Amino acid sequence: MTSLWIATLGASLVCYLLKLAGYLVPSSFLSKPRLVRINELIPVVLLCSLVSIQTLTSEAEILIDHRMGGLVVAFCALKFKAPFPIMMLAAAFTSALIYRLGI
Amino acid sequence: MGQNSGVSFDRRAVLRDSLSVSFPVGMYGAAFGAASVTAGFSVAQTCAFSLLLFSGASQFAVVGVMAAGGSAISAIATGGLLGIRNGLYALRMSPILKFSGISKILGAQVTIDESTGVALSQESRGEAAMRYGFISTGIGVFVFWNLFTLIGAVSASSISDPSMWGLDAAVPAAFLGLLWPRLESSRKKFAAIASALLALALTPFLPAGLPIIATVSVALVFGWRSR
Repeated sequence: MTSLWIATLGASLVCYLLKLAGYLVPSSFLSKPRLVRINELIPVVLLCSLVSIQTLTSEAEILIDHRMGGLVVAFCALKFKAPFPIMMLAAAFTSALIYRLGI
Repeated sequence: MGQNSGVSFDRRAVLRDSLSVSFPVGMYGAAFGAASVTAGFSVAQTCAFSLLLFSGASQFAVVGVMAAGGSAISAIATGGLLGIRNGLYALRMSPILKFSGISKILGAQVTIDESTGVALSQESRGEAAMRYGFISTGIGVFVFWNLFTLIGAVSASSISDPSMWGLDAAVPAAFLGLLWPRLESSRKKFAAIASALLALALTPFLPAGLPIIATVSVALVFGWRSR
């Protein structure tokens, strides 16, 4: 088996077991108020760090580029309660426009 | 999902939310397909990633590490680190989804950012709507992600630049949209800002993926006291 197949199948197995593990932990694990509070914050911090990393970094460096323009538009769209697809289209359009114009 | 247990909700509204997430996110699969083939993986391996691993950030990380000349072990470790959050989502969703048996085995595979995000954004519609949002988004992203992975892998050269179509901004915009309804308390707003800053601050110093995992510490700090 080549190293590429090892990486493909190995990473797939590890990632699946991580997903499954979350369902196998007893739900009483989350009955304490402190754990509930922390657990509710986990998607917030992970999603928000994904937003910042995917918008403002490129190969371990902080980089402000066309993506930032798209995210500013997305932020404004959400602020004005725009529907989700409109927000996504506006963000993609703005980012692609800035990129193509080479600003 | 068959029995309704007397709880009614607007299925079309939930389905609209999940489609508006799953389609654009799925389209980004084309970028993964192209990236993977460009990195030296075959079309079969590329499709295996999207079918079996099915977690965008982990897939990009594994492909990126291998493309940079990393070992299979370091690629698996990096992909695994990014996959921890899916386990945390499973932990969060488990009491709501109440999966058992085969549904637990299949449901685990579609436990990702998008399915969890859509499910949590349906909280005001009730738990039945949350379950419906989770499953419909999970299946939707799975179908579109795999379809576009194949398209991207086969036509690797033509969609090699996702920036031309704004896809590289659409994906974080989707995450922002998923995050938005969760920011109802000032505690969560402060935690969100702190995690964004921490992730950015750590990015130059830690291997890819670790800055995101490290923001779990923000959840620990902000969630510790009831205030």
